[in-house]
Amino acid sequence: MDMLIMQVSLFVLAVILGIELITKVPATLHTPLMSGSNAISGISLVGALLAAGSGDINSLWVSILGMVAVALATINVVGGFLVTNRMLQMFSRRR
Amino acid sequence: MSLSFVNLFYLLSAVLFIGGIKGLTHPRTAVRGNLMAAVGMLVAVVVTLLDQSILSYAWILTGALIGATIGVLMATRIQMTAMPQMVALLNGFGGGASLAVAVASFLATSGPVSASGLTGMIAIGLTVLIGAITLTGSAVAFGKLQELLPGRPIGFKGITLFNGVMMVAALSIIATLAAGHGGTGVLLVLVAIALVLGVTLVTPIGGADMPVVIALLNSYSGIAAAAAGFIMGNTVLIVSGALVGASGIILTRIMCVAMNRSLAGVLFGSLSEEGGESMDADEVYAGKVKSSSPEEISMLLETAQRVVIVPGFGLAMAQAQHAVRDLADTLERRGTEVIYGLHPVAGRMPGHMNVLLAEAEVDYDKMQPMEQINPHFAQTDVVIVIGANDVTNPLAREDKGSPIYGMPILDVDQARTVVVVKRSLSPGFAGLPNPLFANDNTLMLFGDGKQMILELAGALNEVTTSKAA
Repeated sequence: MDMLIMQVSLFVLAVILGIELITKVPATLHTPLMSGSNAISGISLVGALLAAGSGDINSLWVSILGMVAVALATINVVGGFLVTNRMLQMFSRRR
Repeated sequence: MSLSFVNLFYLLSAVLFIGGIKGLTHPRTAVRGNLMAAVGMLVAVVVTLLDQSILSYAWILTGALIGATIGVLMATRIQMTAMPQMVALLNGFGGGASLAVAVASFLATSGPVSASGLTGMIAIGLTVLIGAITLTGSAVAFGKLQELLPGRPIGFKGITLFNGVMMVAALSIIATLAAGHGGTGVLLVLVAIALVLGVTLVTPIGGADMPVVIALLNSYSGIAAAAAGFIMGNTVLIVSGALVGASGIILTRIMCVAMNRSLAGVLFGSLSEEGGESMDADEVYAGKVKSSSPEEISMLLETAQRVVIVPGFGLAMAQAQHAVRDLADTLERRGTEVIYGLHPVAGRMPGHMNVLLAEAEVDYDKMQPMEQINPHFAQTDVVIVIGANDVTNPLAREDKGSPIYGMPILDVDQARTVVVVKRSLSPGFAGLPNPLFANDNTLMLFGDGKQMILELAGALNEVTTSKAA
């Protein structure tokens, strides 16, 4: 129970921090913000890796679902960071 | 590696994510910020892979290879005009990944992902619900943006009630699971219900409201990741998911304000059932619309000190960004100040038009958001509106009975002269006539956006060279 309360506190504080941070992002960068935060939400890759690598002997499904999750989350991480970088390069380039 | 060490590295990656988002608060530091967040992800992944509880790497490698290939292809091939579609897909994949992790956790009997107890079951249920809604909801949003599905609201009578009943069913299944009464079959019913809900929640939302929907699904994909973090007690998932969830919610709010819609209104479809009281376009326009020519307008531009360009998505559809930039360059060479005035919904998602202009090498400090530019229209000689309509409609300011009353608009009508480049007098998404077009200080330039801008630049160059000769 203590553990849960700690985790909930962490969640609430992170939401507040997120709101403070994101309101400072200028409208110009809202699209890269969305694709970049998509890449960050690919953090479920961590859970996916644990599931895909668990070598669960009782159920092949755990590994298969883990692999699907790894694939989907990797698309998010790789695609998200790359496309964000591509957009941001256009903003930083100076003539 | 011991568990506490792993958690310290997770803390490091959370800090890097936060630093990365902070970098995004300015265009100059944004590239570095994105890189920082990517390093944070790398840290989290490497630490997880070194974790002793990972026993087999075959499944991981296969999944990562498939994902990385698709990710690279998408990121390098996507057209900037299609960014909303890509973000919609990424939202969906994020939700799908969390969904798959949650189901795997449910099935696992031992190991790091297995979950049990009240908290574990509630977390699994919520992750499945949010993840699945995000997956299919995003697929529908993608279909609408890509025009694979019709943009108009699709639904049936009582769809709101249907969604309500489904939601109650989903929540009671989660309660059953939490009470420890549900098996795999029950979980699969929950998955099915949530997948259907994702579809029936988004299909009744019209194409014009998609920017709100993408922002909201963005938030959901973060919340799903955070919920997955609660299953395994994984701190980095909780923190990052919360950050993304907060980001999506803020963007959703900004979009709702900009479009004058309530979030509830978008979600539960209260769109344009009023009808009837629409204004008569002929009455608004009759005899008052002045059509002009590129030559005439180039003479206006010749003497202008300050020009504001107001682009809408029509500009991007006509592929006219580069032509507009060329025109702006010509004007600037003559000593005219050129600014771009951007409404929050100028593109198809938050900040979309800024990206499209940046692609055409427009400097970001020349792009000004609505709040910043509005006070300066009165000191502007010429405003060129191209591919935008509803966001300049003065009815939003003046006509209390109008459906768009209260929507924040660009006050272009306060400029000395307004030039509207447009194919015809047809209405925008709101389906309303725009009295701006009939104003005394408005000149219409009828034709294809790109063509007209090219002719305008040509005419301006001619004036310049003949003066020099």
